[in-house]
Amino acid sequence: MSKGNLTRRGVLKTGAVAGAGLALPTYLSAQESGFTNAPTGSTVTLGFNVPQSGPYADEGADELRAYELAVEHLNGEGDGGMLQTFSSKALQGNGILGKKVEFVTGDTQTKSDAARASAKSMIEKDGAIMITGGSSSGVAVAVQALCQEAGIIFMAGLTHANDTTGKDKRANGFRHFFNSYMSGAALAPILAAQYGADRKAYHLTADYNWGYTTEEAVRSSTEALGWETVGTVLTPLTQTDFSSYITPVLQSDADVLVLNHYGGNMVNSLTNAVQFGLRERQVNGKQFEIVVPLYSELMARGAGSNIAGILGSQNWDWKLENQLGAKYTGTNAFVKSFGEKYGFPPSQAAHTCYVQTLLYADAVERAGSFQPCAVVEALEGFEFDGLGSGPTLYRAEDHQCFKDVVVVRGKENPENEFDLVEIVEVTPVEQVTYAPDHPQFAGGALGSCNNGA
Amino acid sequence: MDAIILQILNGLDKGSAYALIALGLTLIFGTLGVVNFAHGALFMIGAFCAVTLSRVLSLSHKVEVPGETDFLGNPMMRDVPYAYEIFGESLGAGIIDWAVPLSILFAIPVMILIGVIMERGLIKHFYKRPHADQILVTFGLAIVLQEIIKYFYGANPIPTPAPSAFVGSFDFGALVGFDPGTIIYPYWRLVYFAFAAVIIGAVFAFLQFTTFGMVVRAGMADRETVGLLGINIDKRFTIMFGLAAAVAGLAGVMYTPINSPNYHMGMDFLVLSFVVVVVGGMGSLPGAVLAGFLLGILESFASMREVIAIIPGINQVIIYLVAIIILLTRPRGLMGRKGVMED
Repeated sequence: MSKGNLTRRGVLKTGAVAGAGLALPTYLSAQESGFTNAPTGSTVTLGFNVPQSGPYADEGADELRAYELAVEHLNGEGDGGMLQTFSSKALQGNGILGKKVEFVTGDTQTKSDAARASAKSMIEKDGAIMITGGSSSGVAVAVQALCQEAGIIFMAGLTHANDTTGKDKRANGFRHFFNSYMSGAALAPILAAQYGADRKAYHLTADYNWGYTTEEAVRSSTEALGWETVGTVLTPLTQTDFSSYITPVLQSDADVLVLNHYGGNMVNSLTNAVQFGLRERQVNGKQFEIVVPLYSELMARGAGSNIAGILGSQNWDWKLENQLGAKYTGTNAFVKSFGEKYGFPPSQAAHTCYVQTLLYADAVERAGSFQPCAVVEALEGFEFDGLGSGPTLYRAEDHQCFKDVVVVRGKENPENEFDLVEIVEVTPVEQVTYAPDHPQFAGGALGSCNNGA
Repeated sequence: MDAIILQILNGLDKGSAYALIALGLTLIFGTLGVVNFAHGALFMIGAFCAVTLSRVLSLSHKVEVPGETDFLGNPMMRDVPYAYEIFGESLGAGIIDWAVPLSILFAIPVMILIGVIMERGLIKHFYKRPHADQILVTFGLAIVLQEIIKYFYGANPIPTPAPSAFVGSFDFGALVGFDPGTIIYPYWRLVYFAFAAVIIGAVFAFLQFTTFGMVVRAGMADRETVGLLGINIDKRFTIMFGLAAAVAGLAGVMYTPINSPNYHMGMDFLVLSFVVVVVGGMGSLPGAVLAGFLLGILESFASMREVIAIIPGINQVIIYLVAIIILLTRPRGLMGRKGVMED
């Protein structure tokens, strides 16, 4: 019988010494710079955390295309895209603070725990200095909280729930995308103008956080203009066939159906509503109408011709500059770069991700440091233009961007799958701006920025 | 009253899909004794047969549109399907329009082939293994199949409309004396229900009135004895697996106009279909069909606003609640046979 030399104490001692030894360089570098993952060499790493699997994988793929384009432009490759039109001229096309931009990617799977795990891995293993991306508010809120704890800047991708910059806001997190409140505020006057102030609305709402905030926003905005809400029903997120939720609408005296659904839910509920003849229906002597508060052009493709005539809102649209002029400068530069590289126009998800990357890089340049608190300071209250959405403010109080909101309608006869919506109107920023302590954003505090380390 | 009729209609078409999938699941379980978690994936592959045929029929080449430019300022190119050139524009357009029903012809051989390959290539190696192993391997297979579909077709839903003759809805209320517009039902959902009824009838007739079906039924009752009589029951069971795959596939093909297919649609149906099988009784074909329609109708009623107002959240749990009640009162399910999965 042989006896090994391993003892519990021995293993613990060796482990402790080895662990301390391995941790020492990280500790020293952190101490030296005073913040997490301070870049030391000639490169800097950004972490793109997007859904690469799961139902939003196609949206994630478009976000990733935009990020790669942004990295190219930051490193002085390609035609420069929106760097040419951006009002801030701090970025020179030589990386960020002279360091070449590199990136790593993570897969959020559109699940909060998976998104946190991939963000954590990019921060701890790959040394990412900033995390950006995502295609859902649940993920954004979870990753934002993680970045706050880790002392990393989080530049949110597509997230529309009020809570991201409302009750779940964090000092290290920033959102360029618009939110539920803005959708409601932008849509309501146009709904009233198009369909009249005497309407009865029925809401079908996805049973999760984003659904609730969107329903609340659209309800309060439309009710303020005279609409009556005759019914609201929560639908399970996993629902695929919405017929049993659509048929009660036929029994009610509602003349508008609001679908507070996104992605696959929206495709299915809208398709089902059209199948049940709601678009041809006459109620109370009025034409029945359907409203989709948040449009996703990528997912709208799945609904095909069913989106014809349906009103909704978007953060941005690739036709803005061509149709509404130079106020939305930057749009065409981005569409050109993206279109030439990939062969089709970018989605609003791609736009917000590209812009967020540029905004982060620009803030670092202006701050002269990668230190998170310096970046936060540079972004807070930052006013800029030339990134496709017109003059925009990154509000200091909640780290939410304020800019015009695009109201769109599904085209009757789209020429191709990238041209499914037409711009109805652009609601000016003043109409979608709210006080930082607005009830829909109440609770929670920004707190103070965290440098980590 | 009209609300009740509408929800029954709703339940019938929802139940049709459950019943068709559960029928195939029960066939496989009854014959091969395998709990096939890849069955939902077969439903999904059926739907993608329709997507594939519709894409093949719509294959086109680009023709420049004079005087127009695309979003980058290049000459605008328009897709012209080859079908227009081969069959003429009106016939070509008609064929593309009817892609979903035509896919039935395409899906039957494809699905039988996939079913047979699946059974011979993988599942037969797990006959003598515990049910837990079978569940794990078929569940793994389902994930592999859906990832393959996602690789080729992407994650987004793909619109696959019904022929234009079936677009729109039927005013059922006006027909039976209610106010017009109160009970309207989409044509395609009625087609789906009728289609399901025909398929279910055909499967029962096949098992009941053909010699092949008789042997299979005998094999389901006592596999060993049938084998001892010199009948190659394994071969027949393999064919039944192919048939069950074809039933699931056809359910998927015809489902595409109801909801745009995506790679995970099979998983959405799988869990519910298992509940249907358990409620109906493991191994009972009529039980699967009955439970399919019953749970479909109950689910529809539970989604009514009036019902949710009384019991909040009932729409999300009704199926499982009913399953618990039925299993507590009738542990073998509605029409379960003694001795099945009880050894």
